[in-house]
Amino acid sequence: MEFHMTILVGILVTVAVYLLLSRNMVRIILGTAVLSHAVHLLLITMGGAGEGKVPLLRESEGPYADALPQALILTAIVISFATTALLLVLAYRTYEESGSDNMNTIRRIDRE
Amino acid sequence: MNNILVLPMLLPLLTGFVLFFLRPSVKAQKIVSILSLLSLVAVSVRILFKVREDGIIRLDFGGWEPPFGILFVGDSFSALMVLTASAVSTLVIAYSFTSTERRMENMFFYPFAFFLVAGVNGSFLTGDMFNLFVCFEVMLLASYVLITLGGGKVRLAESMKYIAINVVASWFFLVALAFLYGTVGTLNMAHISVRVAEAGQGPLLSAIAVVFLIVFALKAGLFLYFWLPGSYSSPPGPIAALFAALLTKVGVYAMFRTFTLIFYHDEFIIQTIIGTMAVLTIIGGCLGAIAYTDIRQIASYNVIIAVGFMIIGLAVFNEEAFKGSVFYLIHDMVIKALLFLIVGAMVYLTGKTKITEMSGLIRNYPVLGWLLFLTTLGLAGIPPLSGFIGKMYVGLGAVEGGNYFLLFIGFASSLVVLYSMLRIFMNCFWGETIINREDQRLFPARRLIPIALLGVLTVGIGVGAQALEPFVSDAVRVMANPDLYIDAILGEVGS
Repeated sequence: MEFHMTILVGILVTVAVYLLLSRNMVRIILGTAVLSHAVHLLLITMGGAGEGKVPLLRESEGPYADALPQALILTAIVISFATTALLLVLAYRTYEESGSDNMNTIRRIDRE
Repeated sequence: MNNILVLPMLLPLLTGFVLFFLRPSVKAQKIVSILSLLSLVAVSVRILFKVREDGIIRLDFGGWEPPFGILFVGDSFSALMVLTASAVSTLVIAYSFTSTERRMENMFFYPFAFFLVAGVNGSFLTGDMFNLFVCFEVMLLASYVLITLGGGKVRLAESMKYIAINVVASWFFLVALAFLYGTVGTLNMAHISVRVAEAGQGPLLSAIAVVFLIVFALKAGLFLYFWLPGSYSSPPGPIAALFAALLTKVGVYAMFRTFTLIFYHDEFIIQTIIGTMAVLTIIGGCLGAIAYTDIRQIASYNVIIAVGFMIIGLAVFNEEAFKGSVFYLIHDMVIKALLFLIVGAMVYLTGKTKITEMSGLIRNYPVLGWLLFLTTLGLAGIPPLSGFIGKMYVGLGAVEGGNYFLLFIGFASSLVVLYSMLRIFMNCFWGETIINREDQRLFPARRLIPIALLGVLTVGIGVGAQALEPFVSDAVRVMANPDLYIDAILGEVGS
C-alpha cells in the first residue's frame, strides 16, 4: 500500500513540476494545486496508511490507526484551498490589467 | 494561569474580525486598531516579565498535556520577539493611518495587517512544528492580500512571483513535516528534540534538517533571496515596512529555533552549509545594495545583508554569537521598519524612486533627512545606536569560535551598508534643491511622529542595552542548553 502510494506521490510531483514550469498562469496555479495533493498523500503515507483500526473506542479494540496525519491533512487542505482561490483571483486580475496570461510577457512589465 | 500566552495571537486575530464589520467607518477602524495594538504591547511586556519570574511558561490548549496536544511556549527569546514585533507593528500601523489611501482602507487594509501580526506572533510562540506551519500560512496569506491590495500592473506581476515562490516553499515545509513525522512520530518541538537526541542525527534526519533549512532560507531570504527585492520594493511604504520588519525575521527566528533546539547535532550542516549560505547572502546583498539606484531596491538589499549577518551568529554557534544575533534581530526589526517608512515617505514626497532623480531634500524636509542619517548610522552599527551591540557580540562570538572569515565578511558588510546608505543620504538630501519651498508636498507632524518614535526606539535599544541584557542572556541560555526548554515542556518525561 505504502509502496504504491509513494510512487503515486512521485507521479503527482512530476506532473506538478511540469505544470509549474510552464508559462501559462493558469497552468502554474493548477500545478500548485496538484503539488499540494501530492504532499497530502505523502503525509498520509508517512503516518502509516492502512495500519490499525478506526480510532474510536466503541467501534474497535486497538491497535488504532494514527489519527494525527488526517488532522494535519485537513488543515493543509484548507490552507491550500485558500491559497489556490487567492491565486486564481490574482491571475484573473493580472490578466485584466496586463492583457496576458503568459509569465514571460508579465515578467517584462517589471523590467520597464 | 498562563492563558496570557495566547493573547499576542488571539488579540490581533479578533481585532481583525471586528474590523471587517467596521468597514463603513474608517475612523472607528482606526480607534479599535490603536487600542488593540496598545494592549498588545502591554500584554507582550507582561509576558516578558512573567517569563523572567516563572521561567519558561507554556499553555496546553484544551488541557492536552505535551507531547499529545498543541501548545504555545513562552521563553525569553519568543517573548522578546513578540514584544519587538508588537511595538514595531504598532508604530507602522499608526503611520499607515495617515498615509494609506482611502480606497485601500475601505478594502480591508487594517484587518489584514492585523492577521499578519497574528501570524507573526503565533509563529514566535508556538511549540509545535505543524502549528508553526499554520502560523506561517496565516502570516503569508495576509501578506499575499497586502502585497496585491491596490493593484497596478507591476505590483500584480511581482505578487504573482512572490506568491508562487511562497507556495512552493510551503510545500517544502509540508514535505519536511511529513518526513519528520514519519521518522520521529511526533510534532512537539521539545519531543522531537528528545527523540532526535536519542536516535542520533543520522543521514535521514540530517536530510530532513536540510529540507527545513531550505524552507526557512526561502522565507528568510537567506541565500534564496532572489524573490525578495522585487516584492519588497513594489508595495507602498507601510506595507513594505511591515514585510521588511517582520516576515524575514520570522524565518530567521524559525531557523534559530530548529537548529538550536532540534538539529544541533550535525556540525557540518550548521557550520559549513549555514555558514556558507550566510556568506553568500551577505556578498549578494552587498552587490545589490551598491548596484541599484532605486532607493527601494537598495533598502531591500539591506534586508538581505542583515539576514546574512544574523545567520552568522547561528553558524558560529556559541553563546556570545547567539546573544549578538538576538540583539541584532531586535535591532533589525526596528531599524528596517524605520528605513522602509522613510524610503516610502521619500518616494511619496518626491514621486521619484531613483537616487539620481532626487537631491537637496534636506532643505524641504530636515527632520526626515536627519532621521535617515540616524538610520544609516544605526544600520552600520555605530555606537551607541542599536546595531552596535548586536554586531559587537557576534564579533566576540566569532573570535571565540575562531571563525575569522565569517567575522571579516560580517564586518566588511557593515562598510558596504554604510556606503549604500550614505549614497542615498548624500544624493537625495544634499545638493541643490529640486523642489520649491512653495510647491513641496506637506509632510505633517502626525506622519513624522511614528517615524521619529521608531528613531527614538533604535537609540533607546542601543543606550538601554544594559536593561535588555538579562532577557537576552536568558534567551541565549535556553538556546545553548536545549535541555532547559525540554524540561520545561515535558517535565519528567524529558529527563
